[in-house]
Amino acid sequence: MSPEPYLGDVAHTPVRHHILSVLVENKAGVLARIAGLFARRGFNIYSLAVAPAEGHARFSRVTIVVDAESAPLEQIMGQLDKLVNVVAITDLAPSDAVERELLLATIKTNVANRTPLLDTLGDAGAAIIDVDPGAVTVMLAGTPGACDALEKALEGFAEVELHRTGRVALPRLGRAAKA
Amino acid sequence: MQLTGAQALIKSLEQEGVDTIFGLPGGAILPVYDPLIDSTIRHILVRHEQGAGHMAEGYALATGRPGVAMVTSGPGATNIVTPIGNAHMDSTPLVVITGQVATGSIGTDAFQECDITGITMGITKHNFLVQSAQEIPRAVAAAFHLATTGRPGPVLIDVPKDVTQSMMDWWYPATVEEFDLPGYRPEVPLDEGAVARAAALIGQSERPVLYVGGGTLKSHAASELLAFAERTAMPVVTTLMARGAFPDSHNQHLGMPGMHGMYSAVTAIQKCDLLISLGARFDDRVTGKIPAFAAGAKVIHVDIDRAEFNKVRRADVSIQSNVACALRALDAAGATPKNLDGWWKTIRSWQAQYPLVYDEPTVDGPLRPQHVIEAIAAKASPGTIVTAGVGQHQMWASQFWKFEEPGTWVNSGGAGTMGFGVPAAIGAKVGRPERTVWCIDGDGCFQMTAQELVTARAEGIPIKVAILNNAYLGMVRQWQEMFYDERYSEVYLNADLPDYVKWAEAMGCVGLRARNLKEMHEVIEEANRINDVPVVIDFRTDSSEKVFPMVAAGASNDDIMVHPLQRGASK
Repeated sequence: MSPEPYLGDVAHTPVRHHILSVLVENKAGVLARIAGLFARRGFNIYSLAVAPAEGHARFSRVTIVVDAESAPLEQIMGQLDKLVNVVAITDLAPSDAVERELLLATIKTNVANRTPLLDTLGDAGAAIIDVDPGAVTVMLAGTPGACDALEKALEGFAEVELHRTGRVALPRLGRAAKA
Repeated sequence: MQLTGAQALIKSLEQEGVDTIFGLPGGAILPVYDPLIDSTIRHILVRHEQGAGHMAEGYALATGRPGVAMVTSGPGATNIVTPIGNAHMDSTPLVVITGQVATGSIGTDAFQECDITGITMGITKHNFLVQSAQEIPRAVAAAFHLATTGRPGPVLIDVPKDVTQSMMDWWYPATVEEFDLPGYRPEVPLDEGAVARAAALIGQSERPVLYVGGGTLKSHAASELLAFAERTAMPVVTTLMARGAFPDSHNQHLGMPGMHGMYSAVTAIQKCDLLISLGARFDDRVTGKIPAFAAGAKVIHVDIDRAEFNKVRRADVSIQSNVACALRALDAAGATPKNLDGWWKTIRSWQAQYPLVYDEPTVDGPLRPQHVIEAIAAKASPGTIVTAGVGQHQMWASQFWKFEEPGTWVNSGGAGTMGFGVPAAIGAKVGRPERTVWCIDGDGCFQMTAQELVTARAEGIPIKVAILNNAYLGMVRQWQEMFYDERYSEVYLNADLPDYVKWAEAMGCVGLRARNLKEMHEVIEEANRINDVPVVIDFRTDSSEKVFPMVAAGASNDDIMVHPLQRGASK
């Protein structure tokens, strides 16, 4: 009997997740080094976002949401720190961080669903950013929880596509992050 | 001063004090081989790139200086992947230079192109793809800095052909800042609090063991270890990677721990109340079943690499430091255990009851492999360097040779790379030509890299190779005998095929053979008289010999199996 195809095992943000804000040198292959390290050590990445770091062409900031169930955080940080291109790692516990992510979704519209859709978007604080006669594209910039809630609420509508960016985070003011 | 990238590369290696490169040229690295003619650096032309890598490792392990290998792109680069992986597992400082196709051709599947930086990302400490000739000095200087500081390891520099062919203005980095490594901090300040907590644990200890790993050799801490061990009177065990870090002749030395370790070393760890790990990493070959490993012990873990802490075994105190520094700090803190007389009495009883033993040699052969090693050792000049491949012969060499100083035992530990012995011996002999170098090899290992004896003969590197020829992949055979109901699947090699004597002679070496005790003593004498060409001896050994003691894979170290001669005796 053939085994079931792999359908993924992390449906939502793991309960014990941590956010690592990793300052890296902006050099070719750095993302591959990080991804390769996580793969070969068996650490799970839940989401990952990369962008140039504040004020420097030389550095980028990688925000990695890691599954702290898959490996001890100390081990993940210790191995990550050994990558020569990794300059600094900040560990943000979810309770000590402000986290945001961006959700974009395109939904098919018709006369019947327009009102409930507008209600749903209004409740979530989402905005319509593109329209044509048969569809709208909506946007929500919010907490991961708000994005989760909107994603669930949109399940009732005929969705064409839904994308999320993965989160970025900064320490909550007045709370010290652990380096 | 204007130089080509190739000239700059050679000049940079000279700046780093490189005296030897092990390598083999090819298309993409061709420009670099031209200025090599005018350099003072000696180049050893290997017959296969894997040989170059293992020679560089042997050189590094015997001298403590980084080994350097240079090969071409594509298959030249992939052929040296095994030594790079081996060096990564054993934290051996290595700088490997690979040619690469021209920058404009990268990504086009050009002739002999391969993504060697991608391939080696997980098995190097770091690697570089050099983008311009002007960057070559920085890449070389940074590579040597990375390879030799902190936890050492292999660093690869991939140099495209157009980069070595273009011009640059000569410069060389003068300071660490110019290496441009903002994320690299190999040393951290010693945590005095951790040292004080460790000293307190030592002060409460009645049954401590110093668990000495390869990091002790890497940090040149043998003299600190000797002083600390003698002051505290603690028993010492040295792992496979640390043989030679503490003299085997010292009465506090219990020998090697682990799967084929000495009974007293394994059992002392199991029964200790404090395990002090010095540059060791709790490898599965040492721990056996992890929850049962030193189950009643507190652990002090000293390592330069913080990722080793709590990776396998939770430490009560971890000290991020090189071993030499940490031992000096513990000494300064006055760390002294309680009276150890009772502990030593117990250990001495284990040593008396379970010494290393093997079956009585028979006059007419086949030879006992353990006896062959003891016979070679008995006639070897002091300070002889021993290399080994991987398998039964390696374990017997580690058990039966007596190592007295660092750099005299060169082997493949973490990766377990068969075929390591011959090229590593060549590299060790190049690095320390005044020393005798014996390779204790197996017949399976020898066949993997024997072609490098042609290199040894051509370059005038007179090593001695003892093949313990039991006609089998012996360690696999041992497992099949013990754990697979004696179903011997694909392990028979045939003692007469190849004819090792003729093969040795064809490679320009002296080939000898010993089938019985008389011949064994004669060929060892003869090998010791030859100092101008490599010698290969085919020792015909007993196929049924097994390595003991043994802890089965995944079993508790409490369930150690001693030699059959010792069974039945009560523990």
